[in-house]
Amino acid sequence: MSTPKKAPRVLSLPAKAYLVLYNVIQFLGWSFILYKMVDHFTNKGLNVTGLWEQVEIPLLIFQSAAVFEIVHSATGIIPSNVGITFAQVFSRVFLLWPILYYVTETRDQFGFPLLLIAWTVTEVLRYLYYILNLLSAVPAILQWCRYSFFIILYPIGITGELISCYCALPYYSITQEFSVLLPNKWNFTFNFYYYIVLVMLAYIPVFPQLYGHMFLQRKKILSNKKQD
Amino acid sequence: MLQIGILSTSGGKQLATLTVDPNSTLKELKTQIHRLKSHLYPDRQEFRQEPRGKGLDESKTVAALGLKDKSKLYLKDLGPQIAWKTVFLTEYAGPLFVYAWIYTRPWLFYGEDAASQPMSQVSHIAAICWVFHYSKRILETLFVHRFSHATMPVRNLFRNCAYYWVFAAYVAYHVNHPLYTAPCQMQSYIALGFWAVCELGNFSIHWLLRNLRPPGSKERRIPRPTKDPLTLLFNLVSCPNYTYEVGGWVAFTAMTQCIPAGLFAFAGFYQMVIWAIGKHRSYKKDFKDYPRGRKAIIPFVL
Repeated sequence: MSTPKKAPRVLSLPAKAYLVLYNVIQFLGWSFILYKMVDHFTNKGLNVTGLWEQVEIPLLIFQSAAVFEIVHSATGIIPSNVGITFAQVFSRVFLLWPILYYVTETRDQFGFPLLLIAWTVTEVLRYLYYILNLLSAVPAILQWCRYSFFIILYPIGITGELISCYCALPYYSITQEFSVLLPNKWNFTFNFYYYIVLVMLAYIPVFPQLYGHMFLQRKKILSNKKQD
Repeated sequence: MLQIGILSTSGGKQLATLTVDPNSTLKELKTQIHRLKSHLYPDRQEFRQEPRGKGLDESKTVAALGLKDKSKLYLKDLGPQIAWKTVFLTEYAGPLFVYAWIYTRPWLFYGEDAASQPMSQVSHIAAICWVFHYSKRILETLFVHRFSHATMPVRNLFRNCAYYWVFAAYVAYHVNHPLYTAPCQMQSYIALGFWAVCELGNFSIHWLLRNLRPPGSKERRIPRPTKDPLTLLFNLVSCPNYTYEVGGWVAFTAMTQCIPAGLFAFAGFYQMVIWAIGKHRSYKKDFKDYPRGRKAIIPFVL
């Protein structure tokens, strides 16, 4: 998801301990979400109904907690670019709260399990990788997974996200929630419905760039390994 | 006469071998290449001594660069170019026509009944101001400005036009809306007065800068105030043209009391601060006696 760490940074011990703790908590949280999701599919089959209720609380908690990562990149304790981290966290939080949480219709449609699968597998791998990376103990198989799974998970994830956004549109079209209408003293308007449309359109230029970037990273990281 | 091998920067392929006089300039070499390869007009060519090196000044001679017989020069194809004038005209005509069109309250934006509804006086005045501003820009591009570079890459055109045209529609949509709320008249008139001073000020600076550089030359001189009182701003900032431009948009925002106009003013301000700081630094670097106490764009502040 975020840009990969290169050589282990020179971190102070408290910062390192904090990051390990943060990543461990996230790893445990997302593993739990993964467990609940797999449990649901094993018992109910390919049925969406009830999936949201199984994962709602931990999903809201652990995905929202990702905003800490923006602070981590801003303070420099992780090497990621603030802008990119912000964009990534923002897109998740945008899907989570105004779409999935707010608009109940989005929990019963095909896009939701797609994005949930993509998010949980990606995050479990990512946080495990960060923990072991901080301890300088990343096994080759984990590195391979982290830089290969994205190839199918990215497209699956964004398909789920786009479908979910699309399902939320009728609700905002009718209720006009989070929108500012005319007339008003400052002659300002904000139409949340169109904002969602804008976010969906933004995927067109942004997704190829992020996807391409991950391929470049993959080439760099995995070919370096071979040279060792 | 020397034989110079011209290699492509992408792949190192030999493109041509030129027979040149050691005193000929790179500019003349570009003309030679253009004769051999008709799609490579001179503005599209950049010579370098290394494939990834810096572009060479075309006024330099072959001898001055230390090139001898059988020397090599690299040629980069800068891609399709477009004249600065063309860019500016397209960038400025767009907002003018877009705003004017939305001023007529087309059904596409407002529905069928909008055009027949009353319009506040401020909305009329705002339309006049907007059209005047962009007409002035077009005329300045045609008759006033002297450009240091002839061309720029085509892809910039799309990016810049998108910015200007979309923002024009965004502001126009709100100011011309049937549900637009005008601020109190006093506020609008005072703001209009301020706007007019800024437009005049901006033009005064453009006029001064034009006369600072003799026609056809690329000479640079320190701009200083003239008899025109609006140019006194040069005592306080390096780029008073930008100061006046920002002032004008702030005034337009106050006149219409419209947040979208404010956002447009802010976006312009942000970009102009970057340009002004760049210009200010380059003035200070080029002129040892550059007046201290001048700021880049905001007097006493920035």
